Amino acid sequence: MSGDVAMRALGDNFPVPTFDDPAWVTPKPLSQATVAIVTSAAIHTTDDERFAPGDTSFRYVPRAARNLVLGHWSPNFDRTGFAIDLNVVFPIDRLEELAADGTIGSVAPRHVAFAGNQPDDVATIIHDTGPAAAAELKADGVDVVILTPV
Amino acid sequence: MCALAHVFEKAGIATVTLASTLSVAERMQPPRALWADFPLGRPLGHPRDVEFQHDVLRRAFALLDADVGPVLVHHPETIESDETPLSCSIPPAFDADASPAAQEIRGLRKAYERSVEARNGVTEVGRAISPDEIEHAVAVLQSIVDGTPWSEAGIPGGNTISLIHDIRSYFEEAAMQLVDGPPPAGRAAEAWFFEETETGKVVMAARQAIKDADGPFPVWFYMAPGHR
Repeated sequence: MSGDVAMRALGDNFPVPTFDDPAWVTPKPLSQATVAIVTSAAIHTTDDERFAPGDTSFRYVPRAARNLVLGHWSPNFDRTGFAIDLNVVFPIDRLEELAADGTIGSVAPRHVAFAGNQPDDVATIIHDTGPAAAAELKADGVDVVILTPV
Repeated sequence: MCALAHVFEKAGIATVTLASTLSVAERMQPPRALWADFPLGRPLGHPRDVEFQHDVLRRAFALLDADVGPVLVHHPETIESDETPLSCSIPPAFDADASPAAQEIRGLRKAYERSVEARNGVTEVGRAISPDEIEHAVAVLQSIVDGTPWSEAGIPGGNTISLIHDIRSYFEEAAMQLVDGPPPAGRAAEAWFFEETETGKVVMAARQAIKDADGPFPVWFYMAPGHR
């Protein structure tokens, strides 16, 4: 069994949180929307604090930053894609291009990274650090986020 | 990822999730998700393929047009990882007094440095040890293989997960400078490191030795991908 098949099979049995009465936002037209990336890849700038194992905090990734490290702790995914082209995980240059051609309204000034390797209930992220990050992006005028894993 | 989608949507921000595990997306039901059967670690599909990455984003952002959710759409393409070891020749650094692993580490140094330079100073190495400490770290792992109890070997860097991360990253980053042509497939470099290099073989043998010595599961298991 390949590594990806094995990991996804493992995911089939992961306990996951459930969300009663999930929210639904009707966004403004994409061509007017400010878009941010939120990733669970534990990306951070080289001068920022590294993620610890099970770290429930988040890092801001400034729009212009390209000195980015993939801080996720799992050995179970390919890292060479990111080393070759960070956009394969964090498509910041693609967003800039979409803003330049008018597909999206603008690129957010800050983006957010969490660490995906978390305790099963992800309670802290759901109730504490996740809402805190969302409030910050909301204050930045973000209308849409695209969420990327590894 | 799916949990964050619910959290951000609740805060009033519309979300689109690139889902990497279908069963998780099906159970967690983020508001809008594009499931893509791409290699783990490459949610936009192909590195350096601008057009393909834009196509993924176009499909993802199209989900914002839905009136009701949850919406879960499958990307029509599959990109499989390739666990055929990368074809990568390590520049020779022959030293009769050095172990085969040490010769590999020395032989890769210039390619590793070119990688760091090409990425404007970015490297994944440094979580536990510096590039200069890799040769010693692998020697310590070899000593475990040769019979030194793992708890007495003086494993550098505090934990084996970080240590192996740094050793493997050194090799993989160097290898990306030594291969020509299109970007290697997902997991090709992993297969090369663990199956083809002497250093990877030392890592796997040390992992087995710690396991056989009833070392704690987290100490040995995460030294390599779980399916190995």
